[in-house]
Amino acid sequence: MQNAVLDGGFADPAREAAYAFRAALNAMARPGTIQHITGADAPSPCSPAAATLILTLCDPTTPIFLAPSHDTAAFRDWITFQTGGPLVPAKDAMIAIGTWEALLPLDPFAVGTPEYPDRSATLVVETETLASDGPVLRGPGIETTARLTLPEIEAFQRNRALFPLGLDFFFTSEDRVAGLPRSTRVMEA
Amino acid sequence: MTDQAYNFAYLDEQTKRMIRRAILKGVAVPGYQVPFASREMPMPYGWGTGGVQVTSACLTPDDTLKVIDQGADDTTNAVSIRKFFEKTAEVDVTEKTAEATVIQTRHRIPETPLTDDQILVYQVPIPEPLRFLEPSEVETRKMHSLEEYGLMYVKLYEDISRHGEIATAYAYPVKVQDRYVMDPSPIPKFDNPKLESAALQLFGAGREQRIYAIPPHTKVVSLDFEDHPFDPSKAPHACALCGAEGSYLDEVITDDQGGRMFVCSDTDYCASRRAAGHVGAMTSIEGATRMLRSASPDQTEPAQ
Amino acid sequence: MYVAVKGGERAIENAHTWLAEERRGDTDIGDLSVAQIREQLALAVDRVMAEGSLYDPDLAALAIKQARGDMIEAVFLIRAYRTTLPRFGASAPIDTGAMACDRRISATYKDLPGGQVLGPTFDYTHRLLDFALAAEGLAPPAAPEAAADADHLPHVTQFLAQEDLIQRESEGADTPRDLTREPLDFPTDRPLRLQALSRGDEGFVLSMAYSTQRGYGRNHPFVAELRTGTLAVEMDIPELGFAIEIGEAVVTECETVNQFTGSKTEPAQFTRGYGLTFGRCERKAISMALVDRAMRWKELGEDNVGAPAQDEEFVLYHADNVQASGFLEHIKLPHYVDFQSELELIRRLRAEALSGQHQEAAE
Repeated sequence: MQNAVLDGGFADPAREAAYAFRAALNAMARPGTIQHITGADAPSPCSPAAATLILTLCDPTTPIFLAPSHDTAAFRDWITFQTGGPLVPAKDAMIAIGTWEALLPLDPFAVGTPEYPDRSATLVVETETLASDGPVLRGPGIETTARLTLPEIEAFQRNRALFPLGLDFFFTSEDRVAGLPRSTRVMEA
Repeated sequence: MTDQAYNFAYLDEQTKRMIRRAILKGVAVPGYQVPFASREMPMPYGWGTGGVQVTSACLTPDDTLKVIDQGADDTTNAVSIRKFFEKTAEVDVTEKTAEATVIQTRHRIPETPLTDDQILVYQVPIPEPLRFLEPSEVETRKMHSLEEYGLMYVKLYEDISRHGEIATAYAYPVKVQDRYVMDPSPIPKFDNPKLESAALQLFGAGREQRIYAIPPHTKVVSLDFEDHPFDPSKAPHACALCGAEGSYLDEVITDDQGGRMFVCSDTDYCASRRAAGHVGAMTSIEGATRMLRSASPDQTEPAQ
Repeated sequence: MYVAVKGGERAIENAHTWLAEERRGDTDIGDLSVAQIREQLALAVDRVMAEGSLYDPDLAALAIKQARGDMIEAVFLIRAYRTTLPRFGASAPIDTGAMACDRRISATYKDLPGGQVLGPTFDYTHRLLDFALAAEGLAPPAAPEAAADADHLPHVTQFLAQEDLIQRESEGADTPRDLTREPLDFPTDRPLRLQALSRGDEGFVLSMAYSTQRGYGRNHPFVAELRTGTLAVEMDIPELGFAIEIGEAVVTECETVNQFTGSKTEPAQFTRGYGLTFGRCERKAISMALVDRAMRWKELGEDNVGAPAQDEEFVLYHADNVQASGFLEHIKLPHYVDFQSELELIRRLRAEALSGQHQEAAE
């Protein structure tokens, strides 16, 4: 238990975080693409991809929300030890992590303000299947159309309607990550 | 060769995380200026500290970095920034646009079309396109939030009524994905069409503490009017060295009798064309062989 | 024949070597030690620490030596160094009431508990060049010493506060935001403004303060108290459960009493301005108090008369000399691409205008 908390961080923080960030950046800049991301290993049920994202983006200045699917004592301790990020309710979170069902409803999460749309939450959605398949995506970062397996469609359409406010999403599965910024339009295939 | 006194790519990890979070929000809201807590860098504000911080947050050890200023790899500030990253991040550097994975630039977009695998980082002096019309940050932020850009159109229209055309030659404002009016940094308006690119474009303004982004394949429209469409024109000349007609040119004064010549501002583009056998008026007049040898790409490689 | 300019790298290296040589000057003249600068140019050291936001006299002296006495360059060196330092924590708020003062004066009372202590001030020196200083090796006469006051000197404003004659400042609940770790946004609060002023350029803050005295946002300041001295800096150590002293710092504090507020329902009260700097930056501390007071117009229900010193955006965005000099000096960098685009534009506009004139003349 103690070891699980202390283990699983970056062995070479500056370089591993650099690779991980590039993967996250490519994912967010090119919705529908699947990027490889590794380096961190957190207690179950957190995937290596989500753990790596958290180490890359979180520190004592980023309030984190753990959805019920991920709100375990071991994972809480791991996050606190590895990042120092305070664990907070959904409405105060900059970063949230969980399965789609556990993260719902999305209403409490901050979507930014008209003058500061960047003050919005980023949701890390853990998923079993992650592939360039399923609903059709259009928007910035996509030359014509792209596709991404998404848990549903309507929530992302509602999110897009808030633009330039809104939530931004990472989808993680094992050692892979995809991004879905608020700017993306999602349609049935 | 890395200076062990400093972290990889100079900045500490907490600072990089803060910049990385800002970059991701910038990518998610194209053209919107994300505030970030810019750090004091070991080079002066106004000399590329924003670009350097963005580059530092993006570089991986596998990257190949190119740095240009005014389109050229050998301008003093480009040399200085390139050396900084060679020393602190041990990355490979190049002068060849096609070989670079990250390009930091001041005032130009390379002529060679950028690809999916590249990131273009701009150094930005004044990120706010409305700043010279409205000095208050509180007011301009409100205008962006309300998508209230009338003031900008009035300014452009006043240009037309006074000069017959829009009298903005560089830092020509654009609208990104039909939402935010954005300053593309002081690139000549000739470069504006290249803002729609396959590469990810990141903009860093250190002193003004702003980061913004244009994701790949994002719609970028230069502001104009139906009866006065945007015109990305340039000097009506061909490069005297490589003969290129479609590249942006520097005017070089050659004597005190008003003699001048025009040469590509993008030094890599020009050198590549000459290496491929293209010649310009100057090179054919004065002896192509000698000219090609004196400016062959071999001699423009960075010092090892 | 045109040859593209090459060799920027070598030019830079040569410039650096030359600079180092110039910095040293004539090697027949003895090298200036960092200790000499620290001891004999102490006010320069203080200014570099204040505007560099880093309390370390030796490093500030080194920066002055390296910068050849260019103060803004020295501040820049210190700032660039400071930003790389890891943060172990925040000190407990310093208690200026517990200061071991070597200077403490009040302009609002002839005499007061603890007395007026002039200390080592230029104030009443006649500004006559002292040619004796040009002769080397002369030690100054020893200054007479008195026993140190056992008690802490009370703050002057506390006498006014006892009678409720001066506004009470509410204790800030939260830890103030850190200007060096968060982007500036508006409107700001007073702690943030004070941070910006404290590290702002002395010349800029001075001019802003002066402008309020001349009527651009007039706020009638009296120097209630100006004190300089040494105080302890403490830090809470969570593992120990109490604060320990981690060092000492010399600071200068200025509290002003300003024009009063009041209405039919609220009795009149004086208001305050506040200045605090590292070291003996007295001019800066007084200036800071005036500009602080000018920027409080909204909170105190005063009119904004449009004075520069009342405009927090104007003051905060332009007070920092490292930002200002960097951006000002960047216009030395090549701008020929932009210039070329304007050159083309102006040639075309002129050609069109001239051909229009010819056409009119022909018609």
